[in-house]
Amino acid sequence: MTSFALQRLPALEAKARAPRSLVHGLDARLRVVAAFGFAVFVVSLPNILALLAALTLAFVVAVNAKLPLRKTARRVLLVDTFLIFLLVMLPFTTTVSGPQDQMLTLWGMPASWSGLWHAIRIVLTSNAVVMMMLALVGTLPAGELVQALSALRMPGQLVQILALSLRYIDIIAQEYARLRTAMKLRAFELRCSWHSYRSMGYLLAMLLVRSLERSERVLAAMRCRGYTGRFPVAPTRPMTQQDWGFAMALTAACALIALAAFSPDLSWLEGLH
Amino acid sequence: MHIVDGALSLPVIVTGTTLAVGGMAMGLRKLDIERVPAAAMLSAAFFVASLIHVPVGPSSVHLIMSGPAGLVLGWAAFPALFVGLLLQTLFFGFGGLTVLGVNTLNIALPAVIVGALARPFLLSASPRRAAIVGGLAGAGAITLTALLVALSLSLSHEAFWASAQIVLISHISIMLIEGAISAALVSFLRQVKPELLVIPLQTRAGEE
Repeated sequence: MTSFALQRLPALEAKARAPRSLVHGLDARLRVVAAFGFAVFVVSLPNILALLAALTLAFVVAVNAKLPLRKTARRVLLVDTFLIFLLVMLPFTTTVSGPQDQMLTLWGMPASWSGLWHAIRIVLTSNAVVMMMLALVGTLPAGELVQALSALRMPGQLVQILALSLRYIDIIAQEYARLRTAMKLRAFELRCSWHSYRSMGYLLAMLLVRSLERSERVLAAMRCRGYTGRFPVAPTRPMTQQDWGFAMALTAACALIALAAFSPDLSWLEGLH
Repeated sequence: MHIVDGALSLPVIVTGTTLAVGGMAMGLRKLDIERVPAAAMLSAAFFVASLIHVPVGPSSVHLIMSGPAGLVLGWAAFPALFVGLLLQTLFFGFGGLTVLGVNTLNIALPAVIVGALARPFLLSASPRRAAIVGGLAGAGAITLTALLVALSLSLSHEAFWASAQIVLISHISIMLIEGAISAALVSFLRQVKPELLVIPLQTRAGEE
């Protein structure tokens, strides 16, 4: 079983053990808006020091949200091979702009410092954004996330697709596990072979057929309970003092970083970007 | 395949996001109450498919299945695949937030194009022919996605061009695997539930 057990969505795991912290008590809408705002802010930062400050800020929030450190580090560092490749290539693919820009020459290929700094900037940016997002939004229970996005005016049908997917991913994953068990009993083993690929194709097709049939039953059951194309929306509670406090603290921290990053007095930093 | 935050330039992000929003609007336009649960359930199924790792030589790749998604969902592939990407980003940290629009466009647009191109050939296809069309659709969607990823990167920064070319070459194995699995998948659906392929979700009449 374990060989093909699927990774479970963190938000769907039992909420009973959810740790309490400042971040967990914050308004869900605020958390979503803050994560997106922070992402836009970080992407527009100009130099390495500012990005390091943003990463530190994200780290502080992540520690407060009691993100399991080892698991998070693994997730944050888990970039696909494609990205690693791109970053390793960057110093070599960026044209060397002058003699002092030349870092080293490997097998006749010149590597540039500007390319290396560019790669580091991308790594810092993506990690800062992902860490802040996992801390603020990744810790939200699925239901609250859906309500928050709905309150933030995400189109109704999109909210429902999200809500129903979140609800049924686990069930469809179980359906998949059942089909794989049945195949295993018939001595199927997933290998790198045409036979494996064909069997997986049949399996996924069966999964689609069953998903669609399930959706028909679910629709019928929802109709019986008075579904008219809308989900009832829980009244949103007003923002508390704590919420405003967090919003202002985050804005202030970002403003400080921006001030330092774009200030003309610090032009000596430009050598670093 | 996931592009991360910080890699793309502002014009590419703005253009990609605008186009992705347009695609989602197209996808949601005709998706009425009847079809929302079906779209959600298929979205969940494709999300589950994307968690499956298939061995390739010494390593493994995860499935994308955007070709079949385009065939089954039509324009609704935009919202459905967006939801999948959103969940991968929010809970696993794959991809990024500011590049969510670009990533959605890069995966969903090829799905829609390939679905629209392949669908007419499946109307009265034999299982064998359906497998060929399905295989081409599956491999084609990944090829287009790899091209769009390469395009987004090289438009953002000229230094990405050389790596983008190598990205394209390294995706050949994924194209072949997606093609092989899609071929079997489409051939199976053609025999078991042909209406799933021939009529895209959006224009399907009341299902009960």
